[in-house]
Amino acid sequence: MATPIGKGHRSLNLTLRKELNLYANVRPCYSLPGYKTRYDDVNLVTIRENTEGEYSGLEHQVVRGVVESLKIITRAASLRVAEYAFHYAKTNGRDRVSVIHKANIMQKTDGLFLKCCREVAEKYPEITYEEVVIDNCCMMLVKNPALFDVLVMPNLYGDIISDLSAGLVGGLGLTPSCNIGEGGIALAEAVHGSAPDIAGKNLANPTALLMSSVMMLRHLNFSDKAEQIQNAIVSTIAEGKYRTADLGGSSSTTEFTNAICNNL
Amino acid sequence: MARRAATLPILRRLADTAASVRLSPLLPKPDVPNARSVTYMPRPGDGAPRAVTLIPGDGIGPMVTGAVEQVMSAMHAPVYFEKYDVHGDMKRVPEEVIESIKKNKVCLKGGLKTPVGGGVSSLNVQLRKELDLYASLVNCFNLPGLPTRHEGVDIVVIRENTEGEYSGLEHEVVPGVVESLKFCSERIAKYAFEYAYLNNRKKVTAVHKANIMKLADGLFLESCREVATKYPSIKYNEIIVDNCCMQLVSKPEQFDVMVTPNLYGNLVANTAAGIAGGTGVMPGGNVGADHAVFEQGASAGNVGNEKILDQKKANPVALLLSSAMMLRHLQFPSFADRLETAVKRIIMEGKVRTKDLGGDSTTQEVVDAVISNLD
Repeated sequence: MATPIGKGHRSLNLTLRKELNLYANVRPCYSLPGYKTRYDDVNLVTIRENTEGEYSGLEHQVVRGVVESLKIITRAASLRVAEYAFHYAKTNGRDRVSVIHKANIMQKTDGLFLKCCREVAEKYPEITYEEVVIDNCCMMLVKNPALFDVLVMPNLYGDIISDLSAGLVGGLGLTPSCNIGEGGIALAEAVHGSAPDIAGKNLANPTALLMSSVMMLRHLNFSDKAEQIQNAIVSTIAEGKYRTADLGGSSSTTEFTNAICNNL
Repeated sequence: MARRAATLPILRRLADTAASVRLSPLLPKPDVPNARSVTYMPRPGDGAPRAVTLIPGDGIGPMVTGAVEQVMSAMHAPVYFEKYDVHGDMKRVPEEVIESIKKNKVCLKGGLKTPVGGGVSSLNVQLRKELDLYASLVNCFNLPGLPTRHEGVDIVVIRENTEGEYSGLEHEVVPGVVESLKFCSERIAKYAFEYAYLNNRKKVTAVHKANIMKLADGLFLESCREVATKYPSIKYNEIIVDNCCMQLVSKPEQFDVMVTPNLYGNLVANTAAGIAGGTGVMPGGNVGADHAVFEQGASAGNVGNEKILDQKKANPVALLLSSAMMLRHLQFPSFADRLETAVKRIIMEGKVRTKDLGGDSTTQEVVDAVISNLD
């Protein structure tokens, strides 16, 4: 849903997340076999705290020309997302969870987030736990993304790192995401924005939303159906005959979708 | 810039022919950029040696600053260093160091280790605030001869250095809830455009997240737009920070000068440095109205790790290139050119490279190679 820049109402995406208490945003990024990018060995999952941090929406103008913005970090929310991250790692057979932070500068806010993650890490001794400063993380991601497995971080860093990871594997047209809420609520959505420039022209890449629905099916425990659809998508892209514009091809949305259906 | 709006067709054709003749394939192109600093006409007395404060710092800091000292004396550059010992675990930067920088106006430093998650506030940040070094600059570019996944990268990231998320204003509201304040204002936009103008850069891109942080980043964008109107020959555009990071890893050649608030600047600078070759090679500095401090461009891992320290394999290239920037800032352009040419030559040859660039040389071997390659 489109959000006006620099003015206007609060983002509806954010409002939905707050209302439904969707506290974790999960985005798996892996290199698609058959679609070559500069990085071949990406296989990571970013888990981003979704309700607070820098995106609390609390800003005010102190005097003309000086504005303040509040970043809120709470123990409850940090514990919640850390718990989910380790739980996800365990149930999906992932060995390592890395916390991304800037606690050397923002000692109290990111420090609190770190403390919570450390507490949860102690309950999962079989999973390797590490802490990485955000700038070092960016550097490592662009030099050697294979170093990362599951990443968990507060809101702003999560936003940036998950998009960066999407860029490593081929862009926003390919990346799915799922927002997890308390009580088992899940909202699967594509990562990309509303793309007003190509709206209504049958040019958009549906892979992201299709992959998101695969995540949703897994969440609903329909893993075999999920597997089927995912394999169809991956093989269609690998074949290379039908690709939308953002992947370098010239198919329309409907052509691409039909190719996937044929591959089921 | 052409003053006349329309050229007569015949004049235009003559101009085109002249241009194509100038680029005759018979003349060989020099492999080293043509340095014309011989035309720098100093005022009498400009060659007197300048004092520069030197802070070796922690970790690999002393090794790389030592490298700079050696190269400077090999070149007989008109600078001498006033060394001060500062370590990351001190409570504050010592008063005498600040006094020295205020007197000399220019400082070169290695990284200062910052304890994670508690204790003293970062001394690096403290230094910048005390001297009001509000602009931090990193030049990320592909070095010829150094293979990377991305080509055609030549980005300058200009980052607001004193406010934003690094204001250090945090407090605990109730146990378990902490708030952090972010300030934003306008001077960084002016600096970015002025830099672009003076260095013949064509485009300035503002990086923001104003769709979410409407007031704070909204103010930042407003000031950028205002300053952009005063520089009509420089192109200006805006990009949201998450999209920006994605574009950086897929199409970095579209970026020229980027201006950002504090936190995003850190991320963007490190990402750009990573795609162009890593923290070991990117130069940079911090500048304010009265002082300038030069250090390695990208901040990640500035103090290095134990292994590199023990094996003495820290990469001095970044700090050497930063010291070349410093020499230009001090108005010693030919020394800067010679230093840069020597460094670029050894990277191009590829025989002497430290671990982060895929080789196995020690710091001292790199320094010796640079010194022997000086014109």
